[in-house]
Amino acid sequence: MSEETTLTPRTEKEFEYDRKRAARGMRKQVAAFAMMILFTFVAFAAVQAGFPANFIGPVILLLAGVQVALQFYFFMHWDEKGSGTAQFFMYSAILVAFTMVLTFVTIIWWGE
Amino acid sequence: MDYNTKHTPHTWPKHPETASMEGKNKVTGFWLFLGGETVLFATLFATYLALKDRGPSGMKFSTHELFELPLAFIMTMLLLTSSLTSVYAMYHMKNFNFKAMQAWISVTVLLGLGFLGLEIYEFVEYVHKGFGFRQSAFGSSFFTLVGTHGVHVIIGLVWFILLMLRNAKRGLNLYNAPKYYLAALYWHFIDVVWVFIFTVVYLMGVM
Amino acid sequence: MSSLATEKKGFGAMIWEYLTTVDHKKIAHLYLVAGTMFFVIGGIEAMLIRIQLAKPDNDFLSAGLYNEIMTMHGTTMIFLAAMPLLFAFMNAVVPLQIGARDVAFPFLNSLGFWLFLLGGIFLNLSWFMGGAPDAGWTSYASLSLLSPGHGIDFYALGLQISGAGTLISGINFLVTIINMRAPGMTYMRMPLFTWTTFVASALILFAFPPLTIGLFFMIFDRMFESNFFVHTMGGNTIIWEHLFWIFGHPEVYILVLPAFGLFSEIFATFCRKRLFGYSSMVFATILIGFLGFMVWAHHMFTTGLGPTANAIFSVATMAIAVPTGMKIFNWLMTMWGGSIRITTPMLYALGFIPSFVAGGVTGIMQASAPLDYQLHDSYFIVAHFHYVIVGGVVLALFASAHYYWPIMFNQMLNETLGKITFWFFFIGFHLTFFFQHFLGLMGMPRRIFTFLPNQGLDFFNLLSTIGAFMMAIGVTLLVINVIITAIKGEKAGQDPWGDGRTLEWAVPVPTPFYNFKQTPLVRGLDPYWIEKMEGNKEGMVYAEPLSDIHMPNNSILPFIISLGLFISAFGAMYHQETTWGLYVLIGGIGLSVLAMIIRSLKDDHGYHIHKEDLMDDKGGNV
Repeated sequence: MSEETTLTPRTEKEFEYDRKRAARGMRKQVAAFAMMILFTFVAFAAVQAGFPANFIGPVILLLAGVQVALQFYFFMHWDEKGSGTAQFFMYSAILVAFTMVLTFVTIIWWGE
Repeated sequence: MDYNTKHTPHTWPKHPETASMEGKNKVTGFWLFLGGETVLFATLFATYLALKDRGPSGMKFSTHELFELPLAFIMTMLLLTSSLTSVYAMYHMKNFNFKAMQAWISVTVLLGLGFLGLEIYEFVEYVHKGFGFRQSAFGSSFFTLVGTHGVHVIIGLVWFILLMLRNAKRGLNLYNAPKYYLAALYWHFIDVVWVFIFTVVYLMGVM
Repeated sequence: MSSLATEKKGFGAMIWEYLTTVDHKKIAHLYLVAGTMFFVIGGIEAMLIRIQLAKPDNDFLSAGLYNEIMTMHGTTMIFLAAMPLLFAFMNAVVPLQIGARDVAFPFLNSLGFWLFLLGGIFLNLSWFMGGAPDAGWTSYASLSLLSPGHGIDFYALGLQISGAGTLISGINFLVTIINMRAPGMTYMRMPLFTWTTFVASALILFAFPPLTIGLFFMIFDRMFESNFFVHTMGGNTIIWEHLFWIFGHPEVYILVLPAFGLFSEIFATFCRKRLFGYSSMVFATILIGFLGFMVWAHHMFTTGLGPTANAIFSVATMAIAVPTGMKIFNWLMTMWGGSIRITTPMLYALGFIPSFVAGGVTGIMQASAPLDYQLHDSYFIVAHFHYVIVGGVVLALFASAHYYWPIMFNQMLNETLGKITFWFFFIGFHLTFFFQHFLGLMGMPRRIFTFLPNQGLDFFNLLSTIGAFMMAIGVTLLVINVIITAIKGEKAGQDPWGDGRTLEWAVPVPTPFYNFKQTPLVRGLDPYWIEKMEGNKEGMVYAEPLSDIHMPNNSILPFIISLGLFISAFGAMYHQETTWGLYVLIGGIGLSVLAMIIRSLKDDHGYHIHKEDLMDDKGGNV
């Protein structure tokens, strides 16, 4: 409601420190990105190589899950303080989402 | 502290997106919205999985022959990279470097446009082959799932472009910082959904 | 812009004020009026149903018309009456209860209302434009795809629009409760109505997207030639059933949890005692919310999902009885040893406990899958869910109408008339629905427009109809009560019940549009009671010195956004048979998008009420 937020200017030392921290954080982001690219490449390569489906299926789903976790925790800043509410509601959503997908691959009455 | 206060890098807060009450509300609300979106996409994924390869008797389309991995791979790379470029944009936003932020968002938009172009090309190809929205349950569910993602891409691009144009002259302040931050979150979420689309629809479709 | 400037106004200015308002108290009025309007429409439909079923072989309504009325009764009551009326009380009370000056997103609050209202109007326009939907409120795809005319289109498009409004309101309340609580108002000091609003809003957040998608599939299948449910094209109608109930079951808890919250407030106030087992109440609320998502398939036991699925959902359903039972016992224990005042709201609360327990017990019966094969689609089900919805939600709405009337309108409804209303409604309710249990057990199926004589169904059906008339008399008395009170115009003043415990009773009445001159400091559960007990005449301690207050500007854009979608819905419906349909569809959406872009490009910083004006302003408690 009120936009009155008191901001105290940072001192030169704090400022330098924050800058360095942010730059270090950015390196972490790039590392996360490299991992995502790697996972994507592995997933595509595994499918292209034609390994048995029962094996690749779970593996690429796992890779997708890890990749998404990297997006959430690094790109979308879940590693920072104050993201608890976001995490709680997203995990709840993921639970509902999982239940729904499970339902639709098991009990929708395909008579086969 | 007023919204229109001119800031310097020193007075710029560490978390400009949540420095005002309004920004704080927006970030919380947007995360909740993304929670709803997660369920929404789960519904579309679930329906796709249920209707995959289903059609009128004698339908000649199946995921195995329809999807082409090289195209999906290029689209994935474009979108993944655009996710990183928007991270760079937010890095500069927090450093109060307006020009660099706008530049990185422009790169993001270009990559997004590339993705969108390939997606449109793909859809047109399928329709040419006779695999459309109206011809089978498989088609309906495929185009709805991937198309809804495409619509999200379009909304994200329009959002970025509007933000860049609107604020080009006046630079960063505490009123528009949360807006940029949310647009970037939205873009990441689009990427998250795509990760599952390329895995579940394309990779698991051809394996 | 300032509401201060619009204090004196003509009728036109008042309409404009309500069209553009972003004040949660005024939006509460809007929800109350619109919800009541739809409640009366749904009630008239109910009366028509009961008149038709008063005697065997009746021809008061034709079979087709009966289907339309029955469908619209259910849809209207759930989506357009019960939920908006709950939103009315949430808007009126929750920001005050947590010590906030407004909701988190005042603009979205207004948008949510207008989407709901225009969606509801769209749905009801079907009566005048070629026939209402007729496939039941569940609108199972196998039936609704084949329904001729535009009835089902009205259903799908209308619910889509009003559902979007509900989702927006849900997110708004969540953020309000997460971010806007006054200092000291920790989660475990929040009044129970705020807690239940919070959990119900979370359910809205996760339950409405499946409905949205389901409705889109329905719209696409009926109007854009897709094949989600068309089995000859590879579609599957069970998908609709799942999507509908993944939404539909949480929906029941979206309705009943706020009702629980309202009763919790009423019990504590009129027993003049702290709510018994506060933390277990909170825990039970969350648990019900969680389990509410894991039980939807109990509506589909007879669909043929297989014994494993049925067993899992059966057990999960029975588990819900545990937290619900905790709540019932907590209310009873609150009364135990309390110094009880039997006011009208308290009377409703007392009537609620046995009624809702009866509805809960029949719920457990149906949770047993083998027995459900007997009960499914019979009047037993009709009796069950009316015991839950009327015995739980509607009683709560009537109770809160009396309880919160002074907060919303600065007047007290007549107590004597209120008690007479209660007895008519309560006896009528049990007369109507109690005997429907037996009708169901005797084999009378639901959703039929008539029955044969001499099968033992005649008498109970007649009783049921008589009961329905008594309920109608009760509702009429309530309306008369409102009119009498409005004409009398006696002011109620602050805390007219004398036993208010929570912050909504601590603000001056009529409540200034900024709610709190100074943000209150909350020192425990039931903050107003604490201050009263410590002899604090002001009723509040403050967390901040008097300073400028920032307020949002009014805006017409929410109405325009909603109007655009309303217009585009007509385009979607008629685009196959007319040439203009497609243009109307695109034009309507274009209007909405344009309004959104204006909203996004135009800076809206709101305005400030200055400290000096606050001090001049009379009626505050400083």
